[in-house]
Amino acid sequence: MIKIVKRDQPSKAIFFFTPVLAIFLTLIAGGIIFYILGFKPFEALKFFFIVPIADKYGFSELLLKATPLCLIAIGLSFCFKSNNWNIGAEGQLTFGAIVSGGVALLFYDQEGFYILPIVILAGAIGGMIYASIPAILKTYFNTNEILVSLMLVYVSKLILDYLVVGPWSNPEGFNFPETRQFSDSARLPLLFEGLRIHAGIFLALAAVVISWFVFYKTYLGFQMKVSGFSLKTAKYAGYKGKKMIILVFLISGACAGLAGVGEITGPIGQLHREVSPDYGFTAIIVAFLGRLHPVGIIFASLVVAITYLGAETAQIFLQIPKYTGQVFQGMILFFLLASDYLLFFKFKFIDSKK
Amino acid sequence: MHKFLIRSFVSSLVLLFTLTVAAVAKDVKAAFVYIGPTGDHGWTYQHDVGRKAVEAAGFKTTYVEGVPESADAERVLRQLANSGHDIIFTTSFGYMNPTNKVAKEFPNVKFEHATGYKREHPNVATYAARFYEGRTILGTIAGTMTKSNVIGYVASFPIPEVIRGINSFTLAAQKVNPNIKTKIVWAFTWYDPGKEAEAAKALIDQGADVIAQHTDSTAIVQMAEKAGVYAFGQASDMDKFAPKAVLTSVENNWGPYYVDRVKAVANGTWSQKDTWHGIGDGMVVISGLDSQMPSDLQSKVKKLQADLASGKVHSFTGPIYDQKGNLMVAEGKTADDGMLAGMMTYVKGVEGDIPK
Repeated sequence: MIKIVKRDQPSKAIFFFTPVLAIFLTLIAGGIIFYILGFKPFEALKFFFIVPIADKYGFSELLLKATPLCLIAIGLSFCFKSNNWNIGAEGQLTFGAIVSGGVALLFYDQEGFYILPIVILAGAIGGMIYASIPAILKTYFNTNEILVSLMLVYVSKLILDYLVVGPWSNPEGFNFPETRQFSDSARLPLLFEGLRIHAGIFLALAAVVISWFVFYKTYLGFQMKVSGFSLKTAKYAGYKGKKMIILVFLISGACAGLAGVGEITGPIGQLHREVSPDYGFTAIIVAFLGRLHPVGIIFASLVVAITYLGAETAQIFLQIPKYTGQVFQGMILFFLLASDYLLFFKFKFIDSKK
Repeated sequence: MHKFLIRSFVSSLVLLFTLTVAAVAKDVKAAFVYIGPTGDHGWTYQHDVGRKAVEAAGFKTTYVEGVPESADAERVLRQLANSGHDIIFTTSFGYMNPTNKVAKEFPNVKFEHATGYKREHPNVATYAARFYEGRTILGTIAGTMTKSNVIGYVASFPIPEVIRGINSFTLAAQKVNPNIKTKIVWAFTWYDPGKEAEAAKALIDQGADVIAQHTDSTAIVQMAEKAGVYAFGQASDMDKFAPKAVLTSVENNWGPYYVDRVKAVANGTWSQKDTWHGIGDGMVVISGLDSQMPSDLQSKVKKLQADLASGKVHSFTGPIYDQKGNLMVAEGKTADDGMLAGMMTYVKGVEGDIPK
């Protein structure tokens, strides 16, 4: 007979193994779905996960797609580690894009080396301002940050809609909902001729390094960890909880805002209604798949990014509906949460004759 | 011997025909980029009907659905241009800049962008339909069928395309019923069944007994069916979703244009142009008229349809006044395409202001 018993302590090996298991199970389940839909499972998986990154261009697109996911997920891991459930990174991204886009539009007919740094800074500040709303409401009014941050996502999208339809719309654009194109000085430089991968990737890598240092080498990181395990313990230890809540939200907002900057000053080059295909929400999957560990998040952002690219390739070459990409993202999260069961419980074989 | 000759002659003809079709099919490959799912029963659905017409004409086609207007559009376009497609139709306004950008890199691939105005390279063409002609017909029906003299209109975004539709609709309704008012609710979405249904409900609550829409889902006609008011289908024939409410639909019929353009690529006669077709060219189609409409209205509508098609009637014939009473189009004149393309003022009889 098999009995399920609680583990005394979650196993560290299994902690990092379950994300790999989740990806493996997703591939198997995905193959089965493809089979049921009438496609050859291995061929479909090949077009989903290998073909899109088989050449230099494809690989650069993977990095382009993973950059905002990684950046946001790093920011979110500050919140999630310390028990702050910031679900509104999409809103912080959008607001960061609005603020930095507004600044870029001020300089639309100017050139100058100083423009880009101002635009980037504006995006980070925009994200921070927007993230401070749920943080302040939580610390001083005890509101639920999940609800507040989520609702603010829709507010930010409406603000963006209003601006690109109305006051910021391109005067030469026949009233279509989009702004002017930014000047070249407000655009992130491209890393290679002919590829879209831009300098924003360095922002993501810097965030990875800094977060690793903060998490594992600083007192703040330790405080976050303790708060994450038990808020009561943190209080007992005398940590200033309110300050930390606001700080992690600000960091998270800054990262999301920078991701927004990367999109509009990188590949898009203007503001319009759709600056992000829900990166802020997908990054939540990335953060957990990466186990809130900076290096884990790098890998997780690459894995999730490929589900976007793969969905496009699979539709172009095999006519598999593109929405299967979202099915894959959902399955990864589902299998991850399911296999987390193994973290806290183990199977024990018991001799039933006794 | 005689029979044998005939038989071999016929079979070789058949063979020749198959070979020709096969050769054409092998030669030109068309791709379509969609903003929504092919099952939206609105905008994207109708483009996909057009794609199927291209397939039926013997060409191979590919499509990618749900492509966001974010940075992703450019990658999808480049991938399609890179994988042997000769002509690519990009069917949403937001693809305008990526289309022109990718077109520059692939001068041998033809790009056709729907509803845009940028043709920066010789391999980019644009196309759109004169949907406002269809709205003239809807306005005529709405003005006749309303009892409360309040007509509701769910609009998407305040762009010329939509303002033009509201104006054309209102002008036609006023012509048959000078007392009508058009109330507008801006949904700020092209496709969001929840928001659209809410907007329709708000209008019905304000006394509207006919609802027109310039958004793409079937939610509005279904809401009208529930409330017992009339409505019109958008983009595709929506009668089956609300058989009592839907009086008729204005269908977007892209098939003939798509087939024409793909054939032009096959024949080597494709060239850049800006196409704006209406009822006359069959790009805008009026579905069957509902039997609840009185027969004199039905014959009136049919005549109007024929006159719009022949050019005898123009949707914007003067005198037309704006909300403040300023003359927009003088008596006996019609609005030219330049004025239509940039139309950003309501005509008299429309309630409210254009959101700025």
